[in-house]
Amino acid sequence: MSTPILEIINLSAGVEGKPILKGVNLTIQAGEVHAVMGPNGSGKSTLASVLAGREGYEVTGGQVHYRGQDLLEMAPEERAREGLFLAFQYPVEIPGVNSTYFLKAALNEVRKHHGQPELDAMEFLSLVKEKMKLLELRDDLLKRSVNEGFSGGEKKRNEIFQMAILEPKLAVLDETDSGLDIDALKVVSEGVNKLKNPTNAQLVITHYQRLLNYIVPDFVHVLCDGRIVRTGGKDLALDLEEKGYDWILKQVAVAA
Amino acid sequence: MSDDAHSIETLVKTEYKYGFVTEIESESAPPGLNEDVIRMISRKKEEPDWMLEWRLKAYRHWLTLTEPTWPQVKHPPVDYQAISYYSAPKQKGEGPKSLAEVDPKLLETYEKLGIPLREQERLAGVAVDAVFDSVSVGTTFKDQLAEKGILFCSMSEAVREHPALVKKYIGSVVPYTDNFFAALNSAVFSDGSFCYIPRGVRCPMELSTYFRINASNTGQFERTLIVAEEGSYVSYLEGCTAPMRDENQLHAAVVELVALDHAEIKYSTVQNWYPGDEEGRGGIYNFVTKRGLCKGRKSKISWTQVETGSAITWKYPSCILLGEGSTGEFYSVAVVNNRQQADTGTKMVHIGRNTRSTIVSKGISAGQGQNSYRGLVEIRKGAANARNFSQCDSMLIGARCGAHTFPYIEVKNTSSSVEHEATTSKIGEDQIFYCNQRGIQTQDAVNMIVNGFCKEVFKELPMEFAVEAQKLLGVSLEGSVG
Ligand SMILES: Nc1ncnc2c1ncn2[C@@H]1O[C@H](COP(=O)(O)OP(=O)(O)OP(=O)(O)O)[C@@H](O)[C@H]1O
Ligand SMILES: [Mg+2]
Repeated sequence: MSTPILEIINLSAGVEGKPILKGVNLTIQAGEVHAVMGPNGSGKSTLASVLAGREGYEVTGGQVHYRGQDLLEMAPEERAREGLFLAFQYPVEIPGVNSTYFLKAALNEVRKHHGQPELDAMEFLSLVKEKMKLLELRDDLLKRSVNEGFSGGEKKRNEIFQMAILEPKLAVLDETDSGLDIDALKVVSEGVNKLKNPTNAQLVITHYQRLLNYIVPDFVHVLCDGRIVRTGGKDLALDLEEKGYDWILKQVAVAA
Repeated sequence: MSDDAHSIETLVKTEYKYGFVTEIESESAPPGLNEDVIRMISRKKEEPDWMLEWRLKAYRHWLTLTEPTWPQVKHPPVDYQAISYYSAPKQKGEGPKSLAEVDPKLLETYEKLGIPLREQERLAGVAVDAVFDSVSVGTTFKDQLAEKGILFCSMSEAVREHPALVKKYIGSVVPYTDNFFAALNSAVFSDGSFCYIPRGVRCPMELSTYFRINASNTGQFERTLIVAEEGSYVSYLEGCTAPMRDENQLHAAVVELVALDHAEIKYSTVQNWYPGDEEGRGGIYNFVTKRGLCKGRKSKISWTQVETGSAITWKYPSCILLGEGSTGEFYSVAVVNNRQQADTGTKMVHIGRNTRSTIVSKGISAGQGQNSYRGLVEIRKGAANARNFSQCDSMLIGARCGAHTFPYIEVKNTSSSVEHEATTSKIGEDQIFYCNQRGIQTQDAVNMIVNGFCKEVFKELPMEFAVEAQKLLGVSLEGSVG
């Protein structure tokens, strides 16, 4: 088998001495879509933050290999330039910084990193036009400051738009579906699906089976109290929808 | 992640790239201040008697004053007898008649600073007057301006060549009795720029003065006067730098602007005096009085300042809105890093009917810097329908700096309206992380976020200087986050 995109081995991490992730194992191959589900506070966003290298999240054990490299040794911007993308659960606003300018800077950082020439304003705009169709994004959003005054749904859509521009190798989508109305959910999911190809992978964090009707996962993982307690196919999500997390937690308790 | 867990508070040295000293022989007065020193300055400048008399009156008044203590700044007492009040590059014989006669070393200095004085290398469309220590080095584009009747020269020259104009306006906006530093400046002012735009003339280029302190242990006390006659327009820019030195140096300037009917003056400052090192050693004390008088109907004065330098900044560019329907504007970005302190803001005094003022202040504090906005909006009884809008935003980078806002509002007219908005934000670790996650490294992210924060002010600067200001901001904040 070829080198996995992501290989998480027995990862433990916490914040301010408080353990949150308690031994996570997860391997993602190129071309795969993985979903992570789990109750509130189980550590889903923490996992995403640790992968992206957010300050304040201390890794206390385990390893993470990203496309054959030691991910935990890389600075956050390096991870991004190497193709790791996080669609934030709560995208921040950056007042006064134009969205288009921001995104162009981001893309050019990636290009520089790979020894490619930077795109000039004209080239970038034509790329933007092409990708905007994919997500049916209103172009006035790009004339505004990054996320400033965007509605909840607009922010989420904008995250996926950025993903479309940056074309990551591994996209981690943290509850991208929450805050989207039914139509937007469809558009955004279709966008995500079109971005999928045999050389990249997606890790989709969600609470709702509904999203997985559109973005169909190859694997569903259930994260509880910092551990993956169950892994299955897409049907696992349906079971969860019907029976709730208690059902799994009980089984785990019995097995233990 | 490595050990930079609290990197946002990690401070490293900020490089000041204008910190070189020019090796040039200079002629300085011995330290100390008394009437003889003032007579000497006046004599060196070949001033008429009335000018000397005015200086002496100012000096005698200054002796009765004490240094103000109300600004939110801390520094050891200044020993006014330890300062030399006059320093000039030594000249052989007569003073330079044209740029061709200026000491090449001086021209080199300005070139190092990015201000080529030689006309063939000029910044397109910007006329420059350069003041080195106490004297003006040379003014470019003089002839072209003269064709339009515009006078743009050093203050010393103006006192000699255009005494009637100087006599009429000097001290008319900032009288020597105004405050401690204005009195001191009036007594010992060395040079500065004078600018006169005749009736109906739109000045075809940016006018600019570049101030440089070079000699050690000297104070710089320049005085600038701009008069815009009826229906005229001028945009003026001032820039400043100084070498790195361990001791503090005093800079106490006065700027007076007068706008007559329908005239407009746009005054922009990019202040980058040496700020001292990260321990707070050295740096310029920048104690400046700037005031504009909107004397005529529908006149307009607009101050834009980007303050990144100086150990201590104490300055309040103000507008006296006397003329009916006149407008005052103040756009400010003030940055403090390391141990810098700034107490800056504006005064808008509404006297005429239908006067308008706008204040936009952006304060950025990093390191252990302390940044205060101090602003007065005064609406006098006769100022019917006066309007003011103020917006004061502060941004904090790290946890050891401070931002303070002191808005004073006095309204004596019921038909007027005053609006004040203020915000304080911390440059968010989540904003920086968001940028990092898109491949943008922390220092670039900070620059981007800070520039976004200052956008409303930068758009008021002339184009080429806006770019300069953005770069400067980046340099000033270098190392403010790890
Ligand atoms: N920066 C932090 N400081 C303190 N506690 C934190 C921090 N980040 C996460 N936690 C705690 O860690 C636990 C897991 O949080 P996390 O955000 O990873 O959960 P989640 O699975 O994403 O939940 P949700 O479904 O509500 O988004 C929670 O108890 C949370 O309060
Ligand atoms: Mg979460």
